Amino acid sequence: MTENSGPHGGHDHSHNDFQPDIKEPTENWEFLEIALRELLVDKGVLSAREIQDEIEAWEKKSPEKGAEIVAKAWVDEEFKVRLLEDANQTIREFGIEVEVLKMVALENTPELHHVVVCTLCSCYPRPILGVPPLWYKSKQYRSRVIREPRAVLQEFGTKLSDDTEIRVVDSTADCRYLVIPTRPVGTEKMTETELAKLITRDSMIGTAQARDPIGKRS
Amino acid sequence: MSDQFKVGSKVRITNAYPPGHIRTPFFLRGKEGLIIRHFGKYPNPERLAYGLNGLPKLNLYQVLFDMETTWRGDGSFAAKDTLTADIYETWLELV
Repeated sequence: MTENSGPHGGHDHSHNDFQPDIKEPTENWEFLEIALRELLVDKGVLSAREIQDEIEAWEKKSPEKGAEIVAKAWVDEEFKVRLLEDANQTIREFGIEVEVLKMVALENTPELHHVVVCTLCSCYPRPILGVPPLWYKSKQYRSRVIREPRAVLQEFGTKLSDDTEIRVVDSTADCRYLVIPTRPVGTEKMTETELAKLITRDSMIGTAQARDPIGKRS
Repeated sequence: MSDQFKVGSKVRITNAYPPGHIRTPFFLRGKEGLIIRHFGKYPNPERLAYGLNGLPKLNLYQVLFDMETTWRGDGSFAAKDTLTADIYETWLELV
C-alpha cells in the first residue's frame, strides 16, 4: 500500500473541521461504570435496551415542565401556596411523581432572590427541569456562587440591587429546589401559556430573572 | 435528641473532619447559623453510602448563614446576602 492508496490517502481537506469524537475512557470511574453496566446486563438484572430507554427518558425531560408549573403559580395564588407548602403533592397535578426526594419551591421577590447550587455534587430538580446544564456541575460554578454570588450572577447578565437579599441555597441533602422567579411587570394580561415562554431554565435555578413581556432577558 | 432543635434555634455546625461519605460541606464546619426550616426525617447518608439501611432516620434542617460572617468579609456579596445548607441533626450543636 502506497502513501496515496489507503482510505486516508490522496485527499487534501482538513480533518480539523469535524467535531472531536468522544474520548476513550481513561479514568478509573469510567472503567468501573462500564464493568458494572456489563455485569448487570450479563447477569440479566437489566437489559441493554432498558438502560438505553432510561437514558432516553431522562434526556426527554425538559425545563418546559417547570415553566408550566411556575406559570400556574404566577396566575393562581392558591396553587402557589400549595406548591410552596408541599411541592411533591402539588406537582402530581402535572403528572410528576417524586418519591424519596423532597421537592421544595422557593419564591423570588424583589426583596429576596434565591439561587440554587449543589456544592457537594450536582443535585438538581431533574424530575421538573430535566438534565442539568454542564455549568451547573462545574467546580467553577459550585465553588464561586457560594462565595461571590454577585460576581457570578453578573456573569450571567443578572444585576440585582444591594437592597435585594441574595440567598444561595446549597442542596446538600434530600431536598431538590425549584425557584419561582419574580413575575415581570407588564405581564398582567398575559395567558398562562404566554407566561410560560418567559420562564427560562436559568430563572428556575436563580442565575437569571424571567424574561420581560416582549421576551427579552432583563 | 431530636427535640433540642427547632425553627429559630441558633446552631453551630460541628467542627469535625471524620473520613467517609459526608454531606456536610467543609466550608460550613465550625460556622454558626440559624435553623429556618425542618424538613422531617431522612435516612442517614453516611450509612446509606456503604450499603446500610440508613436507620435510624435523622432530622434534616435548613440552616441559614450570614455571608459576611461565613466568609469573614472576603467575597462578592452585599451586606444582606445569605446562604443556606441542609444539615442533619448529628452535625448540629446548640449555640
